[in-house]
Amino acid sequence: MIEVRNVSKSYRRDSLRVPVLNNITISVPDGEFLALMGPSGSGKTTLLNLIAGIDRPDDGSIEVNGTNVAALSESALAQWRANNVGFIFQFYNLLPVLTAFENVELPLLLTNLPKKKRREHVEAALTLVGLADRMGHYPKQLSGGQEQRVAIARALVTDPTVLVADEPTGDLDRVSAGEVMTLLDRLNKEFKKTIVMVTHDPRAAEKAHKVMHLDKGELT
Amino acid sequence: MKIPFSYTWRSLWARRLTTALTLTGLTLVAFVFAAVLMLSRGVENTMIETGSPDNAIILRKSATSELVSQIDRDHANIMKTFPEVALLPDGKPFASTETFVVINMRKKGSNDMGNISVRGVSPEAMELRPQVSLKEGRWFTFGTQEIVIGTSINEQFQNASIGDRIAFGGTFWTIVGVVDGQGSAFDSEVWGDANQIMAAFNRPVYSIVLIRLRSAEEFDALKLRIEQDPRTSYTEVKREQVFYREQSQALSGFIKGLGLVVTIIFSIGAMIGAMITMYAAVANRTREIGTLRALGFRRRSVLGAFLIESILLSLIGGTFGVALASFMSLVKISTTNFGTFSELAFGFALAPDIIVSTLIFAVVMGVVGGFLPAVRASRLNILAALRSA
Ligand SMILES: Nc1ncnc2c1ncn2[C@@H]1O[C@H](COP(=O)(O)OP(=O)(O)O)[C@@H](O)[C@H]1O
Ligand SMILES: [Mg+2]
Repeated sequence: MIEVRNVSKSYRRDSLRVPVLNNITISVPDGEFLALMGPSGSGKTTLLNLIAGIDRPDDGSIEVNGTNVAALSESALAQWRANNVGFIFQFYNLLPVLTAFENVELPLLLTNLPKKKRREHVEAALTLVGLADRMGHYPKQLSGGQEQRVAIARALVTDPTVLVADEPTGDLDRVSAGEVMTLLDRLNKEFKKTIVMVTHDPRAAEKAHKVMHLDKGELT
Repeated sequence: MKIPFSYTWRSLWARRLTTALTLTGLTLVAFVFAAVLMLSRGVENTMIETGSPDNAIILRKSATSELVSQIDRDHANIMKTFPEVALLPDGKPFASTETFVVINMRKKGSNDMGNISVRGVSPEAMELRPQVSLKEGRWFTFGTQEIVIGTSINEQFQNASIGDRIAFGGTFWTIVGVVDGQGSAFDSEVWGDANQIMAAFNRPVYSIVLIRLRSAEEFDALKLRIEQDPRTSYTEVKREQVFYREQSQALSGFIKGLGLVVTIIFSIGAMIGAMITMYAAVANRTREIGTLRALGFRRRSVLGAFLIESILLSLIGGTFGVALASFMSLVKISTTNFGTFSELAFGFALAPDIIVSTLIFAVVMGVVGGFLPAVRASRLNILAALRSA
């Protein structure tokens, strides 16, 4: 359960305060697949980053499964992200010098799992995204769609509370985008993953249970 | 350290061109650092080889070298009869009264003048110095103007072969043999009959007395006796090895001092090079750093990963530098020893502690060069880092 209560956020540009989110309240039950839509600059990424614990609100609170995320110390927050959040980025953000296997293993290095268990988890995650035969490949040896599927495997390998995806199909062709959305849909339906996704793409938003629109920092 | 090591070394490999350029600088500095230590060690070794543990050398008090020491003939003869001095089978004291002068000879190639130590010795001198052996020709005959020369003089100076005649002290001397001092300072000396040399130079006094102790423990007793006897209290006895080590300190200290100053200046350049490389690495990998942080890696893991990358780079440079420097053990050098003002030939001596010092020095360069970039990497704001191209 994610509860965003009366959250406001503004950024300082030079001496100007630019308001980005204005008194936002939303609640995302477990197993929900939520899509955030809205024009560029409306604050979608900012809201997602707040939920994911890589940014802090100016006002209001964000609770994920009872934890007040904004109140955690920096290093506690890092540990919280490692345990609870799976990130899916628009440009995949795989580390280019690591293989698909090693990229997916990265978040597991922050757990106490022994090497053998980590291998099992990584293989299971890569099998789930249909890339069991590409484990030794480096990102530049994969297509964009395959890279994004590796990134999804990396996001789900720790079995996090919530998957956050910022325009996961924004850089993909239609076929690859379709594959990625089918995968996210399956993770939500079959594995009951809570997903919060920012997207511009109406076809992507179709897969979500619920679509929210942001405009100029307000829900509409 | 949670960020895997493979990330570190593959990142270095991924930018192999800049890595290679930075490595070149680090390697050269480590090479110079190791070579300086090896050279200074080479001088020390040469001088220590020159002494034997149960030999003692008697000089005038406050004489800083054999060259400036003077000991009266009568007093030298008294000291030879002291009970701590070992005896030869024929009952004579196992001691050599020696005189020490410096002459000039021309070097091969450069034609420069070089100072050469000439040692006039007693017949016991050869046996007192077992490390000196005949390499070619024969020993000189006492009572004649014959001399033998050390291998370094034979190799590096003109007119220095068996059969050549050289002029000094107003007369001609014939080279009849070449002696091998096994890397000691004797390789850079000329030996002849003490009486002949003193006569030629009109010298009424000896420079030193070299004695074999009956046992190495007798040293303190001899020292006390020489201090307390009013006839000999103007002299001082030292263990031969201690004496020669002291003789090398000025030169080895000078090499080390000057060499290390030069190395440190070079190392600033190499460290700035490493720092620029690491700053560039941080800039190029900003989004990777943001990703690692978002996944839950801590600031100090990022700091550690970049610091280790820099240290790895400099350790590889240090290893290459030491490997390169080890070839220097094949090189021999000859220069003026400040202790004696005469030529001394020595080599570069590699030792385990020099390897360790060089690698530690390399690590220090890596830490200093990598610290600020690593701090920058660890301080990056996650959001800004993720947004960067
Ligand atoms: N770190 C930041 N510093 C300053 N301004 C920012 C920062 N992040 C976002 N903004 C501004 O906040 C507004 C909303 O950004 P964002 O949440 O990325 O919008 P969206 O994802 O809906 O396009 C934009 O005007 C953007 O320029
Ligand atoms: Mg956005």
